[in-house]
Amino acid sequence: MTKTERIENLNRLSGTDVRKCMKCGKCSGRCPAFKEMDIKPHQFVSMLGQGKIDELLACNAIWNCLSCMACVERCPRGVAPAAVVEAVRDTVVRAQGANGIKAEDIPPIVDEYIPQQLLVSAYRKYNK
Amino acid sequence: MKISYYPGCTLKTKAKELDVTARLCATALGVEMEEIENWQCCGAVYPTGTDEIATKLSAVRALDYAKHHGGKLLTLCSACHNVIKRTNEDMKADGDICFRANNYLKLDAPYKGETEVLHYLEMLKNVVGFDNIKKAVVNPINRKVGAYYGCLLLRPSGVMAFDNPENPTIIEDFIKAIGGTPVTYPFRNECCGAYVSLKNAELPKQKSRKVLTSAKEKGAEEVITACPLCLYNLQVNGDNILPVKYFTELLAEALGVKA
Ligand code: SF4
Ligand code: SF4
Ligand code: SF4
Ligand code: SF4
Repeated sequence: MTKTERIENLNRLSGTDVRKCMKCGKCSGRCPAFKEMDIKPHQFVSMLGQGKIDELLACNAIWNCLSCMACVERCPRGVAPAAVVEAVRDTVVRAQGANGIKAEDIPPIVDEYIPQQLLVSAYRKYNK
Repeated sequence: MKISYYPGCTLKTKAKELDVTARLCATALGVEMEEIENWQCCGAVYPTGTDEIATKLSAVRALDYAKHHGGKLLTLCSACHNVIKRTNEDMKADGDICFRANNYLKLDAPYKGETEVLHYLEMLKNVVGFDNIKKAVVNPINRKVGAYYGCLLLRPSGVMAFDNPENPTIIEDFIKAIGGTPVTYPFRNECCGAYVSLKNAELPKQKSRKVLTSAKEKGAEEVITACPLCLYNLQVNGDNILPVKYFTELLAEALGVKA
């Protein structure tokens, strides 16, 4: 696939129009995972707009986004930064052998209280 | 009154208390929760990828069942509610998703988002009425209680339409109805850290401690939630700063119904 096709695909998968962003930074200002994100929510939006997708696809932030939708809620321009983060993460984990978690990762974190919901959520977010 | 009910997988296992107390209270309040047949796990997280269809089919099946069984679908787990309500919106408003989901499912009649998705808290407020709950209380909760909304009930508010996403009041009104004193605190609609413990164990710890510290500073003696994952994070990752319960456990206490 050409780079242009890959950029187009990320835009389509996110379902959000990154060109509407006015670079106010409110999304990142509200992000509860901000400190843990090597690329911040507003940068996901602007970098996709600029076609800097190789950096996005190599970032660590996709594993730390909590899908809390605070960025979506606060954006005054109706952009959904979380959907860009998810489009990048989906693109990464949909590649063969690129799942974010492995079955061996599970037992060490399981305690007697862990809800099924946590494991189902993590599998849905990190694996395909 | 009967209403179709989607329990979800966690409420059948680690969060049994949420399911059991909710059913007992509903019966006491004159609502019969009828568990829908053959439901499957909803997947717990709404997929935002515009090409995601298979991950939404479980929600569509439940919604279609409810369409033919009373027209309403009652949810209780915040995560189920979020997934089912957002998927329902897709079926209503996103022609592409609606077409592809129906094309696969081959239902007798296409499902187009006709079912009304109702969270248990909305049922208490709009169907039973907080005034009627107040009248049914036999053991008023004479404690200071912090409502923990988390993310999934509120956001994105355009679709969830649950309450004011920045300054919600429904759980505080619920606490008043059962005789408690609601404590509002700034972190009540901030994320607890969700599912990232598999990738970053520290993050849910920090987030959960922050939520409970914020509630404690404002005087809460305990915190209530509608989400098994919020409960887990706050309890296990929150250093026991405050006790955390399901809101239905307090309702059962107030109504004097026992599991
Ligand atoms: S959804 Fe992700 S990026 Fe957006 S505010 Fe929440 S954690 Fe940050
Ligand atoms: S809040 Fe919206 S407009 Fe502001 S930087 Fe983020 S995406 Fe752009
Ligand atoms: S959200 Fe949770 S409890 Fe609800 S069905 Fe899905 S995984 Fe299971
Ligand atoms: S607070 Fe945590 S578990 Fe609760 S809704 Fe948000 S992410 Fe989910």
